[in-house]
Amino acid sequence: MADQKLDLLQGTLDLMVLQTLETMGTLHGYGIARRIEQVSGDEVLLNQGTIYASLVRLQQQERISAEWGTSDNNRKAKFYAITRKGRKQLQQDTAYWGRLTSVMNRVLAMQAEGSE
Amino acid sequence: MDTLRYALHRLASFFRKKPLDQDLDAEMAAHLEFAVEENIQRGLTPQEARRQALIRFGGVEQAKQHHRETRGMPSLDILLQDLRFAFRTLKKDRGFTIVAILILALGIGANVTVFSVVNTLLLRPLPFTDPARLVWMEQADAKGLSGATYSVDAFEEFRQQNHSFEDVTAYVPFYGTSDYKLTGHGLPQPVSGVRIAGSFFQILGVRPALGRFFTEKESLPGSAPLVVLSNAYWHRQFAADPTIAGKAININDKPVTVVGVMPESFDFGAVFDPGMKMDILLPQVMDEIRDDGNVLSFIGRLKPGSTLATAQAEWNLIGPRLHHNARNPEWSIGYTATLSGLKDHVSGKLRRSLIVLWSAVGMVLLIVCVNLANLLLAREATRKKEFALRSALGAGRGRLVRQMVTESLVLAFSGSIFGLALAYGTTTWLAHQGSIALPLLSSVRVDTVALAWALFLTVMAAVFFGLVPALRSTRSNLQEALKESGRGAGEGRKQERMRSILVISEVALACVLLVCAGLLLRSFLHVLDVDLGFLPSRAGSLRAEYKLGDIQGLTTALAYQRQGAAIQAIVEQVKNLPGVEATGVSDMLPLDRNRTWGLSPKGSEYKKGEHHPGTFVYITSPGYLQAMGIHLREGRDLNWSDRPETQQVVIINNAAAKKFWPGESAIGKTAIVGGERTVIGVVDDVRETGVETAAAFESYIPVTQAFAVGAELVVRSKLPPEVLAPSILKALRQINPDQPEVAFRPIQALVDRSTSPRRFFMILVAAFAGLGLVLASLGIYGVISYSVTQRTQEIGIRMALGASLQKVRGDVMASTLKLVGLGVVVGSIAALLAANGISSLLYGTEPGDPRIYFGVLILLLSVATLAGYLPARRASRIDPMVALRNE
Repeated sequence: MADQKLDLLQGTLDLMVLQTLETMGTLHGYGIARRIEQVSGDEVLLNQGTIYASLVRLQQQERISAEWGTSDNNRKAKFYAITRKGRKQLQQDTAYWGRLTSVMNRVLAMQAEGSE
Repeated sequence: MDTLRYALHRLASFFRKKPLDQDLDAEMAAHLEFAVEENIQRGLTPQEARRQALIRFGGVEQAKQHHRETRGMPSLDILLQDLRFAFRTLKKDRGFTIVAILILALGIGANVTVFSVVNTLLLRPLPFTDPARLVWMEQADAKGLSGATYSVDAFEEFRQQNHSFEDVTAYVPFYGTSDYKLTGHGLPQPVSGVRIAGSFFQILGVRPALGRFFTEKESLPGSAPLVVLSNAYWHRQFAADPTIAGKAININDKPVTVVGVMPESFDFGAVFDPGMKMDILLPQVMDEIRDDGNVLSFIGRLKPGSTLATAQAEWNLIGPRLHHNARNPEWSIGYTATLSGLKDHVSGKLRRSLIVLWSAVGMVLLIVCVNLANLLLAREATRKKEFALRSALGAGRGRLVRQMVTESLVLAFSGSIFGLALAYGTTTWLAHQGSIALPLLSSVRVDTVALAWALFLTVMAAVFFGLVPALRSTRSNLQEALKESGRGAGEGRKQERMRSILVISEVALACVLLVCAGLLLRSFLHVLDVDLGFLPSRAGSLRAEYKLGDIQGLTTALAYQRQGAAIQAIVEQVKNLPGVEATGVSDMLPLDRNRTWGLSPKGSEYKKGEHHPGTFVYITSPGYLQAMGIHLREGRDLNWSDRPETQQVVIINNAAAKKFWPGESAIGKTAIVGGERTVIGVVDDVRETGVETAAAFESYIPVTQAFAVGAELVVRSKLPPEVLAPSILKALRQINPDQPEVAFRPIQALVDRSTSPRRFFMILVAAFAGLGLVLASLGIYGVISYSVTQRTQEIGIRMALGASLQKVRGDVMASTLKLVGLGVVVGSIAALLAANGISSLLYGTEPGDPRIYFGVLILLLSVATLAGYLPARRASRIDPMVALRNE
């Protein structure tokens, strides 16, 4: 099973990005992508490039802000930070995600009982 | 709120593509460098580090595209892209584009024009307040105006007694052209006017453009004379003087105060008497016409809650009790009424004609669409490889269809713009055709509703002629299309069948249009051939003014004598002008205004309550019959020795003579028509009210023995009117210096006005049929020509193998005629059905008239032969060597 990576569900990438920025503070695109890969233990099938669609969407929804700056190793990069609106959205989405997974777990568990 | 801001952000980025793209490029480059750096730190070679970084990143271009789609408005991008592409391809294919836009412009232009007419005449409400409650009343099966109208006493009684109407108003329809004259502005100017009841404007619910309207009180005896100007007359005569209200003008040599100006939306003539220009409206003092018999046309406004049926029922109860003349109740025979909605009265008779016109023009648009579908289909066939290649490169079918529909929308809208320009032109022209006797025509214009209709038609047309070929050509098998070398391989059989069906339907539609146009044209020719009973050519009339002075207190005989002398002076003066062959005076002209009196032979008078057959009455001078070209069958003409004190005489028409004295001569018999009169002559029947309406009874009474309501001077001459008119007017001024500067009207104009609605519809339907024919032949030409091009190689091979020129030509012609033949068969069946639908519009023509069908068949076949001959000749000139080498 380990060699088959998880496909990302629609919309989950946005949530991951928000959570990453919430915990790590300001980050550039590469940093966000690497962080998500590390945390997920390389289980997620993520083309790093796809993160940029997510970033521009969140930016347009005013959930994150972006600014060009200089990295630790003196490279120009665009840095993203979560906004207040983004935090609110993150809370909502986290709660929603929690409810959804618990419901899914319960439903799947019931099926397993029923079949035995 | 957030959604809106989000949308705005996306829209903003649509317009900032370049900076955003540069920003993204820099960001992605930085991303890759971070990754390479990290990989090198992990100990990879620079090359491997870069490779790994790129793998982890995924496709750079895809990521960028994904980013752009998320960021902006992809559908807008695609639309712009498609539009650009459409303009480019259409520009490249200039010939096709011009033809397509041209025929679309014609199709849509014709449709919008006809729709504007239909909308104005049928759909749009009349320009009154709550017009649906207005009701027209006229006596049942009336002959002539006197038989359709009511007396003043009946008007007043009905207004009091009825419970169905809020109120009833009336106007006096017995007016002529130029009944009045305006003085004080140079030469005396002729003016046409109508007298209306004081409550007319209030009950119709019209607001003045300027000033006010008079009220019921102001039409009581002794009121100061007032007048309301029509909007057109106000512009024409008074240069739209904004201070006119309250000023006095001189009408018939008396000062009259202008109280107001009618609104532009309501022209009296356009609504109540199509083809008549009414300049002024005057209040009618009812007491003055109380003893004149039937003189009023009624218009009522229903109470809310009343219906036409309940009002009709009430009329049937009240009608018989209404008085013709309250002072002489023994004259009354009661009244009847047929009620109809005012709108129905105004344009109801035209409903069928308009619907036919609408259908005809719709068919033209259908032919246009079929034609374009055909052209596009031919075009798509040559672009097949392009589409195959694009779909091989990953374009989805939806995307291709979308692009092609965009192309057809671009075509349709371009055509529609030119079409609208055309429609604006034609409607403006139509609105100024005062001589066409169609109601409300002057207010025809392309309004918002017509624009919406144009938009609807444009989109429907684009979908119809664009979608069908688009779906077809994108469905084709990719591999096959790519493999096909285009020119060499024959066209798909399915495609050919589709094109054939399109041509057949085109021919069938054209056939239906041609048959209907043919039937209408034949009817029109029959109408022109009708024996009018008079000879309109080379005769003209003008309204002569004569003065009787003060005749109050004179005996009737003396008054008649004075009138006779005045008219005799006019006739004698004009008779001696050079070039005048015959001249005479009548107070009314056929096909113009009319009145009727009762007529019965002496000894069989009608009893009370019995229906009088009316007779049209013309008060005429000697010479009138000759000037009009009315043939005297028997007896003698009137002459000046018929005087008030001599024997009272009358000339009757053949219809009356045959009815009352069948099998014997009417000469010398006594008839009762405005008193006892001896019949001295019998003349041919004259069409009085319409060219298509058979003649009723007619009586001609000398101007020395009855009161005339005016003098229409009829002159027959070989001289052109522009030479004749000034000399006649000069002669008239010698007798009466105040003679107004009236127009000399050819008698033919009266006939033309009467036939103008038929002419109007006939010309339009014929024009549409002609357009249909041209388009259909274009379609035939296109399809045959295309198939010859497709089969160049095949034809070359056949000719190389020995097929003769004639054989090749014959084959092409045969396939042409096969298509046309099928089209004609289908079309004739449809035409027969359509012809039955329009049978009530025909005159003296059977809907199944074989000559028409045969003519259409010959016409279509010869046009098709021509359309097929050109490509056939081209086919036969193919050089086998060139065709075969041309691989």
